[in-house]
Formats: sequence, structure tokens, C-alpha cells
Amino acid sequence: MATTVRTPPLVRPTTAPRAARRRNPYPLWFLIPAAVIYTVLFLVPTFASFYYSLTRWSLFDQQFIGLDNYIQFFREPGLIGGLTNTLIYAVVTSGLKVVLGMALGMLLTSQIIGRGLLRSVVFFPVLVSTIGVGLTFTVLMNPDQGLINKTLALVGIQGPGWLTDPSLALLSVAFVDVWKGVGLATVIYIAGIVSIPHEYLEAAKVDGAGRMAVFRHVVLPLARPATVTVVILSLIGGLRSFDLIWAMTHGGPGFTSDVIASVIYKQYQAGFYGLSTAGNVILFVLVTAIILPLFYLLNRKEVEQ
Amino acid sequence: MTVNFSRSRALAVTAIAGTLALTACSAGSLRADAGGGSTAGAVSLTYLVDNADATVKLAAQVTKDFMAANPGITVKVDTRPGGTDGDNLIKTRLSTGDMSDVFLYNSGSLFQALKPETNLVPLTDQPWTSSLDTNFKTTVTSGGAVYGAPIGSFFAGAMLYNTKVYATLGLKVPTTWAEFMANNAKIKAAGITPVIQTYGDTWTSQLFVLGDFHNVAAAEPSFAADYTANKIKYATNPAALEGFQRLEQVFKAGYLNKNFASAKLNDGLKLLGDGTGAQYPMLTAVVQSLYDTDAATKQNIGVFPIPGNDAATNGLTVWAPNGVYIPKTTTGAKLDAAKKFVAFLASPAGCTSQTTGVTPTGPYAVKGCTLPTDVPQVVKDTVSYFDKKDGTSPALEFLSPVKGPSLEQITVEVGSGITSAAAGAARYDEDVKKQAQQLGLAGW
Repeated sequence: MATTVRTPPLVRPTTAPRAARRRNPYPLWFLIPAAVIYTVLFLVPTFASFYYSLTRWSLFDQQFIGLDNYIQFFREPGLIGGLTNTLIYAVVTSGLKVVLGMALGMLLTSQIIGRGLLRSVVFFPVLVSTIGVGLTFTVLMNPDQGLINKTLALVGIQGPGWLTDPSLALLSVAFVDVWKGVGLATVIYIAGIVSIPHEYLEAAKVDGAGRMAVFRHVVLPLARPATVTVVILSLIGGLRSFDLIWAMTHGGPGFTSDVIASVIYKQYQAGFYGLSTAGNVILFVLVTAIILPLFYLLNRKEVEQ
Repeated sequence: MTVNFSRSRALAVTAIAGTLALTACSAGSLRADAGGGSTAGAVSLTYLVDNADATVKLAAQVTKDFMAANPGITVKVDTRPGGTDGDNLIKTRLSTGDMSDVFLYNSGSLFQALKPETNLVPLTDQPWTSSLDTNFKTTVTSGGAVYGAPIGSFFAGAMLYNTKVYATLGLKVPTTWAEFMANNAKIKAAGITPVIQTYGDTWTSQLFVLGDFHNVAAAEPSFAADYTANKIKYATNPAALEGFQRLEQVFKAGYLNKNFASAKLNDGLKLLGDGTGAQYPMLTAVVQSLYDTDAATKQNIGVFPIPGNDAATNGLTVWAPNGVYIPKTTTGAKLDAAKKFVAFLASPAGCTSQTTGVTPTGPYAVKGCTLPTDVPQVVKDTVSYFDKKDGTSPALEFLSPVKGPSLEQITVEVGSGITSAAAGAARYDEDVKKQAQQLGLAGW
């Protein structure tokens, strides 16, 4: 069965592109509208930003200063803290999203009551505006008047200052990020789990595998594409996260929950336009440097299987 | 079928409603335009101000009085966000040639960052410039030319205090830091919060440092010039470092309100107003908002300078009023009208109009302007230091263009014990370096 199905597609791809290249009915200039838009809105600003990152730019005039902005940015006292916080934030949020997303995905693909409703409930936070979520949780997490600490007080626990304690602020924001983003991870996992062929599950059951064994040896490996997608998406999201942190703490108290994006934004706010552009170039390089190898690594393993 | 039909009908209805709404909009705006243009020789100006309550109220009053005196000119008030978002908006609109006809912006170091020579219309030849207070004049002067007229009045960055708490506990207004700390001990013993801090609004954390400048200037008379020339530093100059150290001291002594980390400006004012807290280092301009909710605070809240080491040099650090500027993009009849508007603001009639709009916070920067007699206690206290010889110093930001953008985060860290005063001051010195380089100052 499997072989007969597989052969024709194997032949077709090798001939199809060649044929298409030879008699493509569409002239090349059909590309021009898209190319113009892409150049004007994406390529020009990108290359302009590489240039401006080498200048001291006040919006009114600019002065070419070579790599000084990069040197200054690396000397920025907030940068090391920002880098560490960014990595902590990215790892914590994507880790939790994988674990919780997987668990919720398993739960919501099993036969439980109100499955459709529960799926919507889990996905709902994804649809809400990030700034709105951030402001809401800022109110909920207020150390004195917030609902969270008032509830804790009812059972006799003195809740901490979620967003004002320097050691907790970043993790509190990460928690809200997970609350908001886990719905998307769950949906990806649901799709991944549902697409696992039933034959495998049935075969495992026939062989006498328990629930845990089925999960460990069938669902977990076969849901790998879903895991890769969730890790990549949430890691990229975590590395360039900004809106939620800005809405909730502005990088505070002091500089304790600053991430790279908020360090960059503060430079922009202060009117150091060249410096903040240099910061953005660095962020771009950093995200690429982390995601590209990770992407290849995860994808290669997938192929090896 | 029926479902489809009703859905498409609903769509059609929505589309029609949308079109109607659009037409209504454009018809309305067209009419407004026609109205403005129909009167012969009429000019309409736009006046951009920040969106703080007091500023908007003030703008509404002065434009109303100005239009009554100049029937051919209409002035429309537009608002913008305050703080750094506002700074960027102003800079972007100036650099794209899209600025309102007249706009309000800070005087001093922020004004200098606008490149006045290339972006603003010089007003040195206007007769009213000779009646400006010299302290204010320097804050809107760049390269020898005057660019702005004052709006609002001088105010202080100092210690607001609840006079009732002081009276009940039999305390005297401190003139030295030691007396201040002694007062704090007594206030705390009485179960009242001695010092209010509100790091939920980070900018409010800077007053111990910024409001201390009179003491710094008393110890180092050439501080501002040396600071601009990169010859003196906060971390290494003992007098300058004290601002950071005092912030650290009040935290370490446990004199702050319990919710200092999350409280916002309005929470702080409330604590001060109802006497739960005794003292609040703050800009005196913000106390206005308290008067609306509790009229008694006009009498109950006073102000004294952040005390230094020497009672003989005790004095107030003061902030100059904001300026009103005309961008170079305003030309022709609009420019003439804009100059008239600015001249009105810098005239005694303008001051009277401003007093009608909001309670003044201190003396006006225009000669010939007087304050009403029934001003609140804070204003009385402020004026008493202006009347004293060497009783006031302008804040550093009016004497030097060098002000770092991260001071508020640094003071939050020092003020909540995350870092030490010395480390905070050193970090601030690093922070101002970027600003100085951006401005292209010599010696950085």
C-alpha cells in the first residue's frame, strides 16, 4: 500500500519544476508590484537602518560615527541584565508553553465533557490584546488592592509584590505571557495529536501498552513537529517580547525586568535614534543566531526519524 | 439559502450605514472648513499642548481670552502625550515639517534638544522679550536668540508637607538635613508615614536628586558649567552625591510608606492630603490636582526646600515655566497671528487670563504680572523663597543641557534598596554621557 502511493509523487516533483520553468505562462514583470512594495516597505528601511546605526542621529541631522554606537550599546550597563532577562524570559515562557500546551492538548483531545467549550476557553486569551492583558494583570497583581493578593489574604497568606519585587517581576510577566500564549501552543498540539494515525495507538494497545507508555512512546515522538513549531514560535516571541513587559513593568522596578527590546526602546525614547537602531541590528543578529541553528537542529532530528 | 440571503442583506445594510457615516463625517468637516475660511482675513491657528489636566485647562482659558481680544483669529487646542512619548512626537513632527502653528514644550535642556536654530522662529525682536524674567529668558535662549514665551508660572521641586501634622506634633520646618531626619523620627513614632514615595510613577522618584540642586550649587557654585564641560561627576563630587545618599537614607531608615513600590502620584498626594503621610518630595505644580478634591489642602499643604547641611544656604530649587514656541513651518498670516498669540501670553493681560484658568504655582516670568492675594499655602511658601536673597536656584536642567534619560529608573533602584547610592550615581554618570555625545558637546 504505502509504496504504491509513495512512488508517483516522487517522480512528479522532479519533472514538474523543470517543465514549469520552461513554459511559465506568466511574464516576470508580474512580480513588479509585489517587488516594489517589498523594496519600499522592507528592503529600503532595513538597509537605511544599517546605515543609521552607524550615525549619531537626532532626526534633524546625522553625523557618521562608524561603530561607536555598537561600542556604546555593548557598554550599556543595562545590556547584560537585559540579555540575561531576555534569555530567562524566552526559556521560561517557551518551556512552560511546551509542557502546559502538551498537557492541555492531551486533555482536550480525550473524551471529556464540554470539550468544545474548554477548547474555546483555553484559546480565548490569545484573541485579547496584549496591552489589555498587561494592564488587567497589573491591576490584579497590585500588592495591596489587587485581586490576587486579596484572595491570598483570605486564606491568610501575605502575597508578595508580584510586579514590584525585583526578584519576582520578570517571572510574573512571564507567567502572564504563558497564560496568554498557551492557547496557541495547545491548538498546535491538538492538531499534532489528532493527526497521529489511529493504527499506532491501536497497535500499542494490542501490545499491552498503558496510558503512560502510549504517551511516551507514541504520542510524544509523533507530536514532534508540533513541539518544534511551539518551541520555535515561542522562543522567537520570547526573545523579542516587548509589549507585555512594557505594559506591566516598563522594565522596572529600576532595571530589573528590562529585556533587550525594552533597553532598545528606552534609547529611542531618550532620542538616541542612532544608538537604538544599532541595538535593533544587534537584536536581529542575536535572534537569527539563536533561532537558525536551533531550527536546523530540530528539523534534522525530525528527518532522521 | 435563507441564511445566505439574510447574511448578504445584513452586509448590505452595514455597508450602507458605513457609507452614510463616512459621508456624515466628511460633510461635517467640510462645513467646519468653509466656516473658517468664509470670514475675510480670518486666520485659524492650531496650538499643541500636552494632555495634563492643568495644561489643557490653562490652554482653554488663554485661547478663549485671546480670541475675545483678537476677533479675526481662532486658536484650536490640540493635545499630545506628555513625557518621552511627547518628546518624540514633537521631534518627529518638527523634522517632518508637520508641526502645529504654535506649540508648548519644556524650556531648558529639552528645549535645547530641539535644535532651535534650524526649527524655530527667533522672537528676539519682539518687544515683550525685554519684560521677561532673566532666569526664564536663559532657558528659552539658544545661540543668543530668544525663541519662547512663558506659559504658567515658576514652581519648585521640594518637600511638600502637611502643615496639620507638623502643628499637631509641634514640629518646626527643618533647615538642615539633620533636623529633617530628627523630624522624621518623631513623625514615625506618632504612627504617621514620614516620607511618601511613589515608584509606580517612576518619574516621581527623582526629586531627592533634582530638588537637591540648590544645595549642590551652594557648595559648588560652578557646578553647572563644569558639569556641561565633563569636569565634575555625580559619583565623585561629595555635594552632588548627597542627593543619592539622602534617597538611600530615608529608605534604609524605614521612613517610606508601605506601598511605595507600587503607589502612583495620585496615591501619594492622597496620603499627603489626608495626613497619613507627612512629607512628599515633589514638584509643587502637581499639588493643584489635590485642590479640586479637597479644598482644605489649599491651606493644609505647604512646602519647604530639601534641606542641605548648612542652614545658612537653605533655599529652593525651582523649575522655570514651559515655553510656547513657533516652528519655522508657520509662515505668512499665520506667523503674524502666532506672534500676536505669543505676545499675549507674555503680557500682564495674559498672566491675568492664566490666573483665571488655573491657580498659579509661583511667580510669573513676565515683569508686571502679579499674583492674586488668596493663593494657596504652597505658593505663599514658594514666593517667600523668591523674595529672599539667594533663596532660589534654577534646577540643573535649566543650567546645563546634560540630563540623562535613565535617572528615574536609577533613583527607583537606589530608593528601594536595589543598588547603593554610590553605584546609582556612577550609573547616572554613564547615562548622561550618551546625552552629551548626542548633543555634540565638547569634552565628552
